[in-house]
Amino acid sequence: MALKIVKGSIDRMFDKNLQDLVRGIRNHKEDEAKYISTCIDEIKQELKQDNIAVKANAVCKLTYLQMLGYDVSWAAFNIVEVMSSSKFTYKRIGYLAASQCFHESTDVIMLTTNQIRKDLSSPNQYDTGVALTGLSCFVTPDLARDLANDIMTLMSHTKPYIRKKAVLIMYKVFLKYPESLRPAFPRLKEKLEDPDPGVQSAAVNVICELARRNPKNYLSLAPLFFKLMTSSTNNWVLIKIIKLFGALTPLEPRLGKKLIEPLTNLIHSTSAMSLLYECVNTVIAVLISLSSGMPNHSASIQLCVQKLRILIEDSDQNLKYLGLLAMSKILKTHPKSVQSHKDLILQCLDDKDESIRLRALDLLYGMVSKKNLMEIVKKLMLHVDKAEGTTYRDELLTKIIDICSQSNYQYITNFEWYISILVELTRLEGTRHGHLIASQMLDVAIRVKAIRAFAVAQMATLLDNAHLLTGNMQRNGICEVLYAAAWICGEFSEHLENPIQTLEAMLRPKVATLPGHIQAVYVQNAAKLFATVLKGQEGNTDSTAAQETSQLMIDRLPLFVQSANLEVQERASCILQLVKYIQKLQQKDVEVAEEVSALFAGELNPVAPKAQKKVPVPEGLDLDAWINEPPSESESEDEQPKAIFAKEEPKHSRPRHTEVDEKELARRREARKQEQANNPFYIKASPSSQKVYQDTPGVEHIPVVQIDLSVPLKVPGMPMSDQYVKLEEERRQKERAEKKKKEKKKRKEKRSGRGKKQDSGPESEEDITPAHMVDIVTEEMPENALPSDDDDKDPNDPHKALDIDLDKPLADSEKLPVRSHRAAESLKSPAEDGDVESAAIHAPKKKNGKEKREKKKDKDSDRKKSKEEKKKKKHKHEEKEEDLLGGQAEEPAVQSEETNEVAAPPTSTSAEEAPTVAAAEAAPVPKVASGTAPNSEPDEPKDTEMEETKSSKHKKKKQKKEKEEKEKKKKKKHHHHHHHSDGGGEESVQNGTVEDEEPLPPMSNYCLLAENSYIKMMMEDADQVCDIQGNLQDGSQVVVSVIFENKCDSFLKSMEFNVLDSLNSKLQRPEGSGPHDGLTVPFQLPPGVSNEARFVFTVQSIVMPQKLKGTLTFIVKNEDSSTHEKLDFKLHFTCTSYLITTPCYSDAFAKLLESGDLKGSSVRLEGVNMPFHHLLARICFHHHFSVVERIDSCASMYSRSIQGHHVCLLVKTSGQTVSIDAKCDEPTLLGNVLDEIKQTFSQC
Amino acid sequence: MIKAILIFNNHGKPRLIRFYQYFAEDMQQQIIRETFHLVSKRDDNVCNFLEGGSLIGGSDYKLIYRHYATLYFVFCVDSSESELGILDLIQVFVETLDKCFENVCELDLIFHMDKVHYILQEVVMGGMVLETNMNEIVAQVEVQNRMEKSEVSDVKQGL
Repeated sequence: MALKIVKGSIDRMFDKNLQDLVRGIRNHKEDEAKYISTCIDEIKQELKQDNIAVKANAVCKLTYLQMLGYDVSWAAFNIVEVMSSSKFTYKRIGYLAASQCFHESTDVIMLTTNQIRKDLSSPNQYDTGVALTGLSCFVTPDLARDLANDIMTLMSHTKPYIRKKAVLIMYKVFLKYPESLRPAFPRLKEKLEDPDPGVQSAAVNVICELARRNPKNYLSLAPLFFKLMTSSTNNWVLIKIIKLFGALTPLEPRLGKKLIEPLTNLIHSTSAMSLLYECVNTVIAVLISLSSGMPNHSASIQLCVQKLRILIEDSDQNLKYLGLLAMSKILKTHPKSVQSHKDLILQCLDDKDESIRLRALDLLYGMVSKKNLMEIVKKLMLHVDKAEGTTYRDELLTKIIDICSQSNYQYITNFEWYISILVELTRLEGTRHGHLIASQMLDVAIRVKAIRAFAVAQMATLLDNAHLLTGNMQRNGICEVLYAAAWICGEFSEHLENPIQTLEAMLRPKVATLPGHIQAVYVQNAAKLFATVLKGQEGNTDSTAAQETSQLMIDRLPLFVQSANLEVQERASCILQLVKYIQKLQQKDVEVAEEVSALFAGELNPVAPKAQKKVPVPEGLDLDAWINEPPSESESEDEQPKAIFAKEEPKHSRPRHTEVDEKELARRREARKQEQANNPFYIKASPSSQKVYQDTPGVEHIPVVQIDLSVPLKVPGMPMSDQYVKLEEERRQKERAEKKKKEKKKRKEKRSGRGKKQDSGPESEEDITPAHMVDIVTEEMPENALPSDDDDKDPNDPHKALDIDLDKPLADSEKLPVRSHRAAESLKSPAEDGDVESAAIHAPKKKNGKEKREKKKDKDSDRKKSKEEKKKKKHKHEEKEEDLLGGQAEEPAVQSEETNEVAAPPTSTSAEEAPTVAAAEAAPVPKVASGTAPNSEPDEPKDTEMEETKSSKHKKKKQKKEKEEKEKKKKKKHHHHHHHSDGGGEESVQNGTVEDEEPLPPMSNYCLLAENSYIKMMMEDADQVCDIQGNLQDGSQVVVSVIFENKCDSFLKSMEFNVLDSLNSKLQRPEGSGPHDGLTVPFQLPPGVSNEARFVFTVQSIVMPQKLKGTLTFIVKNEDSSTHEKLDFKLHFTCTSYLITTPCYSDAFAKLLESGDLKGSSVRLEGVNMPFHHLLARICFHHHFSVVERIDSCASMYSRSIQGHHVCLLVKTSGQTVSIDAKCDEPTLLGNVLDEIKQTFSQC
Repeated sequence: MIKAILIFNNHGKPRLIRFYQYFAEDMQQQIIRETFHLVSKRDDNVCNFLEGGSLIGGSDYKLIYRHYATLYFVFCVDSSESELGILDLIQVFVETLDKCFENVCELDLIFHMDKVHYILQEVVMGGMVLETNMNEIVAQVEVQNRMEKSEVSDVKQGL
């Protein structure tokens, strides 16, 4: 063994360390990937070695490779090994690697619970610190639940270094395990006043994070924070507190009033810009919250805005950015005060810094007015042209649309201008917002009736030039606008100047390359256009034109009938048949136009987005009730295709509003004439030019009217929309002039000076009248819509679970789960009675890194199932605990667990589940009245063993072995054996390797203690726990778990458990009771119910097995009578029960054997015919040993007694003979243990 | 909360990455590339705040970075952190590195990534600021380094 250590160290000298690896990578720049792959192979070899130093070095290198993007999760198990090293150096490497690559679905995390708990309670504060740091990165809900209590204890650690880390990590624990918030909160609050500033800062940090999401629950802390704010000198703490107040003030205006003064003081006194800025920010928040109630705070707002202006004008770009950021907060409530700084903000739009431009864009939203909208948008359009990155350009695009469409197009006075802006935006290449533009086009065309003619003309041109847009076919690309264009042209086709041309454009073969949903709209709207065309043509004398149109449809539609898109196909074939029919009628000279247009008649109004949601449910309608029998689950797949169609809403109802508003027409004509007159570039169209199609090179020069000149309309630097800006200005001027005239007239009449002010001042908002009498159709809502405005909070937000009332007194049921043995140790605090379940849930499966993938998957899904069950069960536990704690205050030595077998879900034994799974669940197993083998959880203790085998050489450290609540199926005739043996194979575990052999049969340590016709007692092989304070010599305790099961039909109550103490072993009784008093069992048993209680014994000498006589007295109560009964039993404490599974490394083991302090003994077992690994597993499980090393048919094992005796075994097998050579520093103990082992195997 | 801390050089080579929220390795590399792309094209005299990283976070998150000689130090934070505060924190972190490595340069970070991590662990824990006092940070780092040294010498004596 010693040689091995030396050998390992020599190996290490030749290993690459991290620096060598980095150097190597830098020297292999050309074939880096190849070099790294050889390094990974080396690392794999190193990880196979036993030497922990080599492993740690390998893991350290892996951490580096992880940074370069290599997945190192395959080494997760090795990382756990390194984490459990006793040396700080290695432990730190392990935890670092874990924090870099572990995450919630890393399954080995389950194995770390005990290791982390051990590290958390390490006497070395840096072990604890490293564990806390690591845990903060990979904490899972399971870890959070299991360790919450340990961490909470650390919040009161003597070292501030640990305290601050423990406080900080609590936030992560709360997120993963919200139930811990209430029990932990009082202590967290205490830490706000911790003497150490670091701890205080951490507590403030955590509470601020919590309060940010659910501020109302933390209002009660305001006075405390106020005190801190005025007393603290730590800027970090101050910033956090001030930010927190910013979140609290909107909820409590009185708080705001108090804040103003200290905040202004801070603003004046501090030299830290960061603090100053946060103060200004919070003052703004305060003022906003105040001014909603009181109007006379506008002066203060102005003051803030002035200060921010100074920031924005600062040469420091950071301050400029932050100034704009804060400004946008004011904008929401006080747009007017910000508007006066429009100049500054527009200036920021030209800043070279994109971050600043983006912030300025945000502000623009609130800056616009009817007066300046066109100007601002023009400026933005210039930026769009200049912008390089698509992100910023897309941002600009959405902002333009946001700004224009805000408050129902409130600021738009000229919709022709807006439509042309939208059309110009379609020039953007590679934008992801095609859909947004399209929906704007649709919205405007539908809701602004007056603009339809103009919109249709523009859209027709777009369709004509569709080839320019189809370059970008990706989803949400610019081709989406064709969807809108086609629909608008079809829907409002009566406005088309040349419908045939548009129809032709919509049926071009190239259309077939568009995305399916756009094609569908094309086809449908081609039909609408067709109807319009027919109507126009039938009036003529020449019927051939109409027939030609039908022929065009019949020629082109088959292309769409072949489409791969179902929607397109269906629509096309319907319409094709319709047109064929129409053609037949036409040949018979039947007039069809009227009827064809009737197909698309009907008014179409926009519907509010929430309309459907707001339809109240009629009385007596239960939406959740089944109308028919629920369908079987397998049918659910059929529902998917629906979603596909839902996207492409069919547009049926056709509004046919042919009555063109005469006035509107006149007005438009007027406007157009004016526009033409004002446009020097406008060339009047000759009447014959109409049908000439101009193949123009760009959409940008979309002409308003078709012209026959080859000179492009576009004037460089003067986009289309600009003419509208000009026009609009002129129109306004004219209006103003008219007004002035009127004013003058009035003034002449009145001769009063008041009019002067009006016309000398700048044009006010109200003066501007829109160019069109805009009739914005409002969205339709159901008649009796509910006014509710349920906000759409994300139900998956982890912070939602933390919305917990913290002021309510803590109920006992909310106590953090504590492992059961801990409760037994700290006898004075029954409140800590815990949730054993937590351990059970967490009970890690015995899984090694190298285990087959498949198995993992199976187990994972099983685990999920079992978790659910456990949750249910846990709930039950907590309820029970509440009364237990009430009734049990005087009997702290008694621990109880409820195991309600009757109520147990029968699923846990269902045939599909592997026995191990059923057992691992530790879920109650229903009674099966047959002689089946006992069924209990074999997984858990072995896990501990396996995990701890790797854990460390911590010989001197106490091991706390958890015990689980255990159940067993009844085996009636079984008496006083310690261990059940039940044939079948077992699985052996050995450092990191698993032989894939027969599954392990369930094992149990429960045995029948005594039974009579009323009651049955089953004792678990005593479970030992060392005293928490760690004095091994006199603090030894043994916990005995007894399951009481009521077998009769009566109610059992007033159970009292008493044991005759021996010199050596004593039952722990509550203080003040005599040595012969019994302990009340803290529950009653209804018929058929079983429950578990735990009793603690103090034991002095552990070298000999013990037998204790005891009596259980109880009252049997049925309907008419109650009788006193008693049951005698004998408790058998075996020497095995004093052993604790303790991991041991082979080198430490070797040293131990060499030390010569140990005395040897041996035993031979004959006729053992079970596989060797089963034999080992059995020794591990029943006798609390762990495997140190196994070589073929030989294994070394180790265990330690609660009083620190080392027990070493060398187990060899040949044929059916097993020889065990054992060494121990206490020969009597060894002899007894060996006898017990022998007995175990004699039974099988 | 701090969502991620990235250190990379002028060519985008990562020198330290620390995510406080899980991302798969390839995603991490993508984030590094995107962040580098965003940060590297910015002049030195523009502001140190940056929005628009699409891969990490979303609208509530922003990148706060500092550029020192050949290295970029980038913190990805949400709105609960003070922007100027984080800038100060980066300064504290870099000054701490400077003290611990004695005139830190990129090579120190290249060859001692683990040590940089250990220092960072004393500054930020699980995405929350743990300590901002440089002397305290340096003291804790040094104690731990001494422990490591004594353990190493133990091993040597054991041989």
